[in-house]
Amino acid sequence: MDGASDDPSAVIDVVGLVKSFGRTKVLSELNLRVALGEVHGFLGPNGAGKTTTLRLLLGLLRADSGAMRVLGGDPWLDAVDLHRRLAYVPGDVALWPTLTGGEVIDLLGRLRGGLDPKRRASLIERFELDPTMKGRAYSKGNRQKVALVAALASDVELLLLDEPTSGLDPLMEAQFRDYINEVRGDGRTVLLSSHILGEVEALCDRVSIIRDGAVVESGTMAQLRHLARTTVSAEMASVPEGLADLPGVHDVVVQGQRITASVEAKGMAQLMAALGSGGVTAVTSQPPTLEELFLRHYRKAQP
Amino acid sequence: MTGELSGTAALMRLALRRDRLLVPAWIGFFAAMVWFSASATVGLYPTEAVRIEAANTINSTASVVALYGPIYDPTSLGALSMTKMTAVYTALLSILMIMLVVRHTRAEEEAGRLELVGAGVVGRAAPMAAALLVVGGASCVLGLLASAGLLAAGLPVVGSLIFGAGWAATGLCFSAVAAVAAQVTTGGRTANGLGFTVVAAAYAARAIGDLAEQGPGWLSWLSPIGWNQQIRAFAGDRWSVLVLPLAATAMLVPVAFTLRRRRDLGSGLLSDRRGPAAGALGSPLGLAWRLQRPLLLAWTAGSAVLAFMMGSIANNVAGLLDSPAMADMLQRLGGKQGLTDAFLAAVLGLVSTIIAAYGISAVGRLRSEESAGHAEAVLATAAARIGWATSHWLLALAGVAWLMLVAGAATGLGHALAVGDSSQILRITVAALARIPAAWVLVALVVAVWGVWPRATALVWGAYAAFIVVGEFGQLWGVPRWVMDFSPFSHSPLLPGPDAELTGMVWLTIIAGALLAGGSAAFRGRDLAA
Repeated sequence: MDGASDDPSAVIDVVGLVKSFGRTKVLSELNLRVALGEVHGFLGPNGAGKTTTLRLLLGLLRADSGAMRVLGGDPWLDAVDLHRRLAYVPGDVALWPTLTGGEVIDLLGRLRGGLDPKRRASLIERFELDPTMKGRAYSKGNRQKVALVAALASDVELLLLDEPTSGLDPLMEAQFRDYINEVRGDGRTVLLSSHILGEVEALCDRVSIIRDGAVVESGTMAQLRHLARTTVSAEMASVPEGLADLPGVHDVVVQGQRITASVEAKGMAQLMAALGSGGVTAVTSQPPTLEELFLRHYRKAQP
Repeated sequence: MTGELSGTAALMRLALRRDRLLVPAWIGFFAAMVWFSASATVGLYPTEAVRIEAANTINSTASVVALYGPIYDPTSLGALSMTKMTAVYTALLSILMIMLVVRHTRAEEEAGRLELVGAGVVGRAAPMAAALLVVGGASCVLGLLASAGLLAAGLPVVGSLIFGAGWAATGLCFSAVAAVAAQVTTGGRTANGLGFTVVAAAYAARAIGDLAEQGPGWLSWLSPIGWNQQIRAFAGDRWSVLVLPLAATAMLVPVAFTLRRRRDLGSGLLSDRRGPAAGALGSPLGLAWRLQRPLLLAWTAGSAVLAFMMGSIANNVAGLLDSPAMADMLQRLGGKQGLTDAFLAAVLGLVSTIIAAYGISAVGRLRSEESAGHAEAVLATAAARIGWATSHWLLALAGVAWLMLVAGAATGLGHALAVGDSSQILRITVAALARIPAAWVLVALVVAVWGVWPRATALVWGAYAAFIVVGEFGQLWGVPRWVMDFSPFSHSPLLPGPDAELTGMVWLTIIAGALLAGGSAAFRGRDLAA
């Protein structure tokens, strides 16, 4: 973990963050680093502490201990100044029942220090949002769109998004992805908390996985894949002995001439050599998906 | 019909679970008030002669009749002891029953929880049926406890029973009113507001009817609160009048169920209109004003009407007194003007107590905005915490001051028209403004509690109720002076009048300021509560 670095290019730099609510410890020694201009995925099972982390980064909650820098400032002490430079989509969007969507977008934009009217109009069109409806009349997906438009219409350096596509239909999800890719092109930074692994895989440069209040894995997609096992299956002329004893090779299953195994990166070369000497006729290898990675970390939590 | 009502029993258990503290506390409060009033009066008026004089004084004082209703049998101890219970407390318990019904019907629907419940094996009519059964049951238990309290205080059996039956029937009647109100509007707040308006109208109709010697006395018979008076517990015991509230209930409940059957979940009779696609709101203060404005407008109209009525009858107070004892008291109070002033001061005191409830409810937005997640959205922008909190409490303070100004001017106008002296308007308005700091203390207390312990914010209503009870009954019960001094209302200057003590006002303002500063500072240092 390199969270302790004082790299000036880090937009979010969190070291040893601890937060308890009463006797419940929600975050224990959490480290998180998000570099300038990257789209950073923030993954974890329900109740792992994702929303609490985001609310701490916003200064809505006060940390028990640990060091936090957001855009070079202290999220608790410099909350107002920092909030001019960032925008937030909460996980649970609550709109005022008597205000229209358009009014909420304008209110939140002005409170942040202004929004770009052209961008507002284009976002409303892209997300096919009707801004004249009252807050209580919107569906979940439409409430989500109001919050997204309100956050994305501002010209800010950092976007904190807490499960931003929950409730959106696939078409709108695609619109969201396109937009985040444009944001990345502008050099803005995004911290994206999500459960939708496909979305994280498609959008994120780097990923942090949080479990039980601490980040257990952090890195680029390639680095994370490296940590996981590749599934290899091969058709053999003859099955060599002792495959299961090779270092880094697991779950070997032999069915007639067919072998499947899961392999760590370090064991790949030896396995390939053994397969070659056994007269391999066909081989397929499946890189680990984020889902497998995620599930592996998630399952560890169970006894 | 079985299909429409399936799940009612489960929903009743849910309602009882949610209300397991709230309802017993309120029922206990009302039953205790009945018992206290009855037993205190028994000791206070031991002989019939004393009772008759007291009852005649009440009956000949227009303002008291307007507030509490007349005493129909001056010789009756029970009727005298239930003076405040018959109309005022009946109105309060009606408000309670309305809030309970709305809490379990429209408020649940607005919050989306009824959708979760409605997707289970739950009939369309079940949530309302469950709410009505639970709240109706609460009314009946309250009636029984009230009867028990009266019996325990040693009052006649028949009168005690019919008094309890009257409360139960009135509670049922207003539960039915609330059930209809919950079908008409889409918001819980609006449904409550509609229900409270019916209570206020019922109370005002009976006040006018009771005052009218040859005028519209029939107005009392249009009002459920008037019916409760006409039952005449301890003063004739007219069981037949109980038919009126029960018949009204039997008519309103099917109306509510019919309206429910005809509409979709989440909709009201009045559908939501569209609004502007762009908004002009751009500051926490603008937002707070937008959110508090509807309530303030309703209160402005209500305060103006109530205060005008009170002001116009003030002059009759002195004129209606003809007993030698009252004439003697009149002399000591400084003649007719002195008595009128004392009455006006009492009216302004009452008005400031009522307007404090507006302040508590308006500043309560801080808590509801926070728990609904709206504060999170606002505070994630460049809006500062203190600025956001200040906009809400500042507007609540300003709202209280504005309402006192309106009420003072309306009282003054009513009085000025009655006596033909326009200088009264300014005099009484100034007197009303002197009552503002006491109401401000309640607003500030909400901010202090909310800042330190947000989930306890609603407890301030309990403190408010305690201040009212102590102010109203403290002397009757012999509560020590230092306990009564806890109530900010007991430190307001008694204006208009010659003996007004103004230092209390200064202290109240200082205390309010300290509570506001402390609450705001505590909020700045704490987590935003979900």
